[in-house]
Amino acid sequence: MQNKRVIYVDNNATTAVAPEVFEAMKPFFCDLYGNPSSIHSFGGQVAAHIEKARGQLAALLGAEPTEIIFTSCGTESDNAAIMNALHLCTKKRKIVISKVEHPAILNLGKELERRGYQVVLLPVDTKGRLDMERLEELVDDETAIVSVMWANNETGNIYPVERIAEIAHRHGALFHTDAVQAVGKIPMKLAEKHIDMLSLSGHKLHAPKGVGALYVKRGIRFRPYIIGGHQERGRRAGTENVPGIVALGKAAEIALAGLEEEITRLSMMRDHLERKIMAAIPSVRINGDTESRLPNTTNISFEYIEGESILMLLDEHGICASSGSACTTGSLEPSHVLRSMGVPYTAAHGAIRFSLSRSNTMEEMDFIFEKLPPVISRLRAISPYWGK
Amino acid sequence: MWNYNQKVMDHFLNPRNVGEIEKPDAEAEVGNMSCGDALKLFLKLDDQERIAEAKFKTFGCASAIASSSALTELIKGMTLDEAAKVTNKDIVALLGELPEEKMHCSVMGMEALQAAIANYQGTAATGNDDDHEGRIVCHCFGVTDAKIRKIAKENKLRKAEDVRNYSKAGGGCGCCLDQIQEILDGLWKETDSAPLASASKTEAGGGMSFVQKVLKIQEIVEKEIRPLLEKDGGNIELVDVQGNVVQVRLKGRCAMCHASSVTLENTVQARLREYVSQDIVVKNVR
Repeated sequence: MQNKRVIYVDNNATTAVAPEVFEAMKPFFCDLYGNPSSIHSFGGQVAAHIEKARGQLAALLGAEPTEIIFTSCGTESDNAAIMNALHLCTKKRKIVISKVEHPAILNLGKELERRGYQVVLLPVDTKGRLDMERLEELVDDETAIVSVMWANNETGNIYPVERIAEIAHRHGALFHTDAVQAVGKIPMKLAEKHIDMLSLSGHKLHAPKGVGALYVKRGIRFRPYIIGGHQERGRRAGTENVPGIVALGKAAEIALAGLEEEITRLSMMRDHLERKIMAAIPSVRINGDTESRLPNTTNISFEYIEGESILMLLDEHGICASSGSACTTGSLEPSHVLRSMGVPYTAAHGAIRFSLSRSNTMEEMDFIFEKLPPVISRLRAISPYWGK
Repeated sequence: MWNYNQKVMDHFLNPRNVGEIEKPDAEAEVGNMSCGDALKLFLKLDDQERIAEAKFKTFGCASAIASSSALTELIKGMTLDEAAKVTNKDIVALLGELPEEKMHCSVMGMEALQAAIANYQGTAATGNDDDHEGRIVCHCFGVTDAKIRKIAKENKLRKAEDVRNYSKAGGGCGCCLDQIQEILDGLWKETDSAPLASASKTEAGGGMSFVQKVLKIQEIVEKEIRPLLEKDGGNIELVDVQGNVVQVRLKGRCAMCHASSVTLENTVQARLREYVSQDIVVKNVR
């Protein structure tokens, strides 16, 4: 691609490491590189930095530092949480998850089914909202764990995790939430909530890839998923990814400081872009629940044309977004989230997700809006389904 | 993600012959919106039944648009007989290459052309026959066993994943992939056991003396087979050759591996059959 300028609006896929976060990491590669478990002070001193990061992350979550376990990524945290629940309640063989979970949960569910567990999928409606009545029906005394994401990566929908936790607990089930997309974007205040376990991922909040965390509420036992040495107080083995952990802590601190402001700023930019697109381009629809959504996400379908070709033409202008079309999912079916919502095929293949972050500006929104309509018209001129 | 080459990008960014023909001599529509790929093709013929004009409309990804554009460029000026012989490989040749997972876009182009010609001639398209004949194997995408066999034969596909790339079969729920592999194994068993029509790497076995044969086997084991096994921590030793039976000993990781019989057949025996003689049978001795 020749364009030097990049308009990066794919932040739900990953984010840039913030400059302050990068600076915070640097000493831990070539200077403070000791193993935190070492007896000598050169190594041992690093442990204090890990604990500082733990505190910073706990503050963002509104939790206790002792409730934080550092992992390698959100996927590991998801796996660890579900497996923990199954270990804790060996008599219970049922897992309840939503149909719109991330593959880290869904594919784990498929694997557990192969191993003889019962996995129940909660349906969503056309706006991607959970059917809470169905949830009440499906959770029972056989359920080991209910896992529903706090926010969906494709639509941005925010789910009523507190209510779901309450339903889970009434039946003696644990509740886990994959909050990878929500952490750093919306307030958490976990001390006030009844969430048992929560997964998060560093690279979604301007920390690097390769670090994540699992929150386990005080009082919930945790059986290690990664087994080996005694790191993380025996809960997650493996020499700590010190630079990553320090980065995650710093990123959490920055996110907390600017949270309210960012929510306002991001919603404004997102709404501005969305409104202009809806007004200027015919045959478009928003996929998701506009009343309960992350401030930074919009998923828009452009009917009668296909997502990959839209993305490739946007890419020519340096605009980076993503799509739920079959050609971009890596399988040959459109995104399972859109299909679960019953989005018609006329729209599912042409769905584009724009996801913003602190580095985006209103000027960039206007640039996208300038380049997008001609892209859509161009593809519609090629489509056999347009103009009928 | 796809790393398209320059030609594909050119045909996508500057597609040739986009449009419709008011009163076409031949037209066809293949695919549909639920599939995520659809192509409408329009042809205008001259007095000699050569393709004077070709236009298309496509719903699909960059590969689909590029394949359609390439197709229309390819067939302009061809007689209908010539056009009937165009395969998806010709479309890919014009584009240089397509990612494996996008080969089905070129197949769609070929099917649209065949359907258009058949509609013009008033005959049932050979392509369409396969779509309706036979038993549906892939329910997600409606692909029959006849179509799978046809595509596999034309493109020399031996693995279910390759069939998926060329036809989408198996690309949905994936339940039919095992069935597809069975169809392929059956298809190639018949074809492989037929006598070789053209000269191949094997010199029809009988051309070598026994000593020459053993030396060749040794060479293949050393140069072709052992390096492959070593990559995975395995090894192999040539023990004996008696007639067409080659005795080997799998060592290292291969010796204890559950899939060693697969290695024996697909790697060792397949290569010896390819390079030395089709009649070779390989046995593992402990």
